[in-house]
Formats: sequence, C-alpha cells, structure tokens
Amino acid sequence: MSTVSYPMADTATMLRRNLRHAQRYPGLSLGALGMPVIMLLLFGLVFGDTFSAGLGGGSIDGAAGLDYIDFLAPGILLMSIASGTMSPAVGAAMDMSEGIVARFRTMAIFRPAVLAGHVLGNVIVTIVSLALVIGFAMLLGFRPNASLGDWLLASGLLIALTFALTWFAIALGLKSKTVEGASNIVLPISLLLPFLSTTFIPLEAMPSGIRWFVEYQPFTVIIDTLRHLLLGMPMDSGNGWLATAWCIAIAVVGYFWAQQSYNKGTAA
Amino acid sequence: MNSSPPAIDVRGLRKSYGDKLVLDGIDLNVAEGTVFALLGPNGAGKTTVVQILSTLITADAGEILVAGHNLRQNPEGIRAAIGVTGQFSAVDGLLTGQENLIMMADLYHLGRAEGRRRAAELLEQFDLVEAGQKPAMTYSGGMKRRLDLAMTLVGRPRIIFLDEPTTGLDPRSRHSMWQLIRQLVAGGVTVLLTTQYLDEADQLADRIAVLDHGRLVAQGSPEQLKRLAPGGHIRLRFNAPEDFGLAVQALPAAARNDDALVLQVPNDGSVHSLRALLARIDDASLEVDELTIHTPDLDDVFLAVTGQPASTDTDEKVTSE
Repeated sequence: MSTVSYPMADTATMLRRNLRHAQRYPGLSLGALGMPVIMLLLFGLVFGDTFSAGLGGGSIDGAAGLDYIDFLAPGILLMSIASGTMSPAVGAAMDMSEGIVARFRTMAIFRPAVLAGHVLGNVIVTIVSLALVIGFAMLLGFRPNASLGDWLLASGLLIALTFALTWFAIALGLKSKTVEGASNIVLPISLLLPFLSTTFIPLEAMPSGIRWFVEYQPFTVIIDTLRHLLLGMPMDSGNGWLATAWCIAIAVVGYFWAQQSYNKGTAA
Repeated sequence: MNSSPPAIDVRGLRKSYGDKLVLDGIDLNVAEGTVFALLGPNGAGKTTVVQILSTLITADAGEILVAGHNLRQNPEGIRAAIGVTGQFSAVDGLLTGQENLIMMADLYHLGRAEGRRRAAELLEQFDLVEAGQKPAMTYSGGMKRRLDLAMTLVGRPRIIFLDEPTTGLDPRSRHSMWQLIRQLVAGGVTVLLTTQYLDEADQLADRIAVLDHGRLVAQGSPEQLKRLAPGGHIRLRFNAPEDFGLAVQALPAAARNDDALVLQVPNDGSVHSLRALLARIDDASLEVDELTIHTPDLDDVFLAVTGQPASTDTDEKVTSE
C-alpha cells in the first residue's frame, strides 16, 4: 500500500481542532487579553501623565508632541502576543499528557500537522486579540499615523513574531512534563520579555545593568520598529531587518526544537 | 496450516530503558484474522510491545513485520494499516463524540460526506448516539473507552492493537467490549490485545502468550496452556476440627490446610472420579461443610509458568521514561 502524505489537509484538520477548542473554551485564549488591557488602563490612564512628564514632557524617542499612549501601545501589542503564548504551550503539554497524541503518532498523518495546528490556531486567535487591543488603545487615545504600507508591514511583523514565539512556546511546553509546568516555563516569554523592554519607558531612562539586557533582547528592536511604523516616523531600515531576523531565528529554533521533542523516540 | 503471511511477525525483539531491560528477545507470530492475547502481570512489558509494534516507540533490536511492512523501513506503511487503542484514553475531551469521529475521518481523508456517514454509523454501533453531541470529557469510563475504540475503527484498520481494553471497566461494559471485539474478528480483523485478566484472554484469544519480566514464558492456544497447569482438585472445607481430622485420615492424598480446615484432593473433575470421592466421603461419614470443584484454568497456568499468582492490580503502567 502506498502511503500518500496530505500535509495541507492534515494541518487543516488539526487547525480546525484547535480553533474549535478556542471557540468552545475561550477562557484560556482570551484570558491572555487581560494583562495587556490592564496595562493599557494602568499606564495609559493612571500613570500616563506622570510618566510622560518624567520623560521630558511628551518628547519621547526624539519625536516631540507624542502622547504617552502612542508610545505605549506598540509595546502592549507585543505583550498581547507574548501572553498569548501561554495557551498553545499549555495545549501542547496537555496533548502530550493525554493519549490523543499517542493516537496521532500511530496514524499515517503528516508529522508536523499536530503542532502546526496549535501554531496556526494561536496565530488566528492572536490576530483577533491584537485587533481588540488596538481598538481598545484607540478608545484610550492611541492615534496611529501610518500609511497602508506601514500598516501592512506592521501587521506582517506582528504575525511573524506571533508565529515564531508560538513555535518556541510549544517547544517549551513539550519539554515540560506537566500542564502546570508548561504554564510556568513560558513565563520568561510572557512576562520578562515584554516588561524588560522599551514598552513603558525608553532605553535612556533605564539603569545601566537592565539597560544592557533591554537593548539587546529581541522585543526592544521589534517594539522600536513597530513604533516607527505605526507612528509614521522615519525608520532606520537596519532595525527593520534585525527585527525580521529575530523572528526568523526564533521561528526556526522553535520549529525544529518542537518537532524534535514531538518525534522523540518514535519510529521515523 | 495457513498460507497467507502472518499479520504480525516479530523475531528477537529487545528493548531497554537505560540499564533496565524491558523486553528480552520476544518472538511473536499472529495469523491474520485471529485474536492474540499478550498476558502478563504489571510491568511485564506488555504495553512496551504494543508501543513498539504500533510504531510509537523504537525497538533496540529485532525483526518486526506488521501487515507485511518492515517496521524499520516503512513505519508509515504500518501506520496506514493499523489502529491502536491504548491504555489511556485517546479521545479529545474538549470535542464531542461526533467531532472526535469526524476528526478521525478527516485524518483518514474519507471525504466530508463519507466521514459524516461513518461517524454516524459508529455512534450507532457503539451506542453513543445520544452522547454524540456532548463533549467527550463528560463521558463515563465505559463510554470513553467505546468512543476510543470507535475512533480506532473509523479508518477500517486491518490490524488492531488493544492495550488492556477492559481495565477499569465495570462488568457490564467489560462484556460489551468483549462482544465488540468478537464482532471485529468476525469481520476479518486481526486483534492483538494485552490483558492481565486471565479469563479475558481465555474468552477472546485464539492464541495466548504469557509475558513475564520481558520474556515469553509460554505460548499456545488456551487449551494448550491449560495443559501446562497442574491438574484440578476438589476443595473440601470442614466446620469442626474433629471432622477435619477424620478426613485427613480417610483421604491421605489430599493437601491440608490446618488453619482453614480445608483439604485439596487431587481430582480431574470428571463425573466418575467425583462419584468415587463422594463414596469415600460417605463411607467415612464425614460432615463436609463445603465442596468446590476446581478445574485447571489460566490462573493455574499463570502460577505454573511465572511462579507467582496472577496480579489483580488494575493500574499497570510501564513508564516510557
């Protein structure tokens, strides 16, 4: 019997499975919205004026006349992506702890389909939550000033980062033996990277030790690129390429690591 | 005897985890359209055998052919021919029973209409029509197990692996599972099942292999295996120590248990020898409180070939770490 592989069909089946999970149990996927929304409220409304004053009266990042919410919103979008990685990591770990993955592995289905279903499902869910966060930020006064091209580039970058971080989070989720472990192991991604970045304050305002980490971690350059795109500021194209390179690197490492964990010990 | 190639042919299968040897040179041969039971106590390696033959984990050594495909060269060919129902529920608890079945149909690329038809047919066959619209995590153990098996059957596999299919089920669900397995075999499917229940192997299997500490200690039909066991006996229990004392004198060949006031008299259980025994009991005017006939069963086989009584522990788990 010849065994034909159906990469697209199998991935689509797995995507349907994950979207149905998200639709039926929206708690985990939309729960990830809680943190970015709270941060928007807290920093945008409550601390905003103080921060803005402390940073030199609305002259942020070299551009005068910006509201703090405009400075804040791009970083909050990355925070939404980051906290959204919890759900696929937990989902993958849950799959592994139950018999269903053993079943999939003993079937002649396209190998990467099971994990790809998680990733694509999370990309779609995250796009929805990004749209909600952007809408909410606009309610609070966020006024992006971007051309259509800028918007497309910004969306592309957000989706690329979601794709990359999701693969990485799934690799972490597969590494952890338990569901609880999976939700803890992604904390560095979902908490550390968005907070220790230029989401809230510019690099110049940070103490030197932290500043070194913030300057070179991937979120900072991606936030910076996004900020320039969304606010229509002239951009250093080197940053754009660096941001893209980070996304590709994280995606490649995450993908191969995840596949390796998934296939570990089974017949090729 | 049979000209068709065996459904499963295993030679010299070995597997160890670290320095723990789990399977120590297993040879198995399962003819097409038969039920083969792998019988053994906890930790004997039954689950490991199923995991290897179903391509889930790799073997360290051994020549393995399943459905004519070599495991090393063509695991995908094997995957396309088999269905596996493992020990732990392999249903998606967040999806309904029907959605689980349709997902399987999609993975077998049956097409939309045929997939829905097949799902409906299996819900009917497995008595899950009513539950079909509810999430599988709300199912009882027996229902989950039925859905699990139904999912395995969606693609009409020729060879089915069932790892402890009735462990943890109540007696009624257990019997309905047996019934389902018999129907499958009647339809020409080959079944390899593992069990720690001797009566289950006896009920279902054409051939039984007894696995103990990673080795096959006996293999044959249930009848052949029963011949390995020491003969049957009649068990006599007495109320009064005086009666017991008299009986010991009257039946010198019996094995005695002085504390329980029980005698085990060797006896093949035939009407003739039973009548002879009863006559001796009458002659000695013994007051017997209880008499039971014990014909050799697989429990005796188990004891004879493994040197330990059959385990009744229900949560076997061969860890794969």
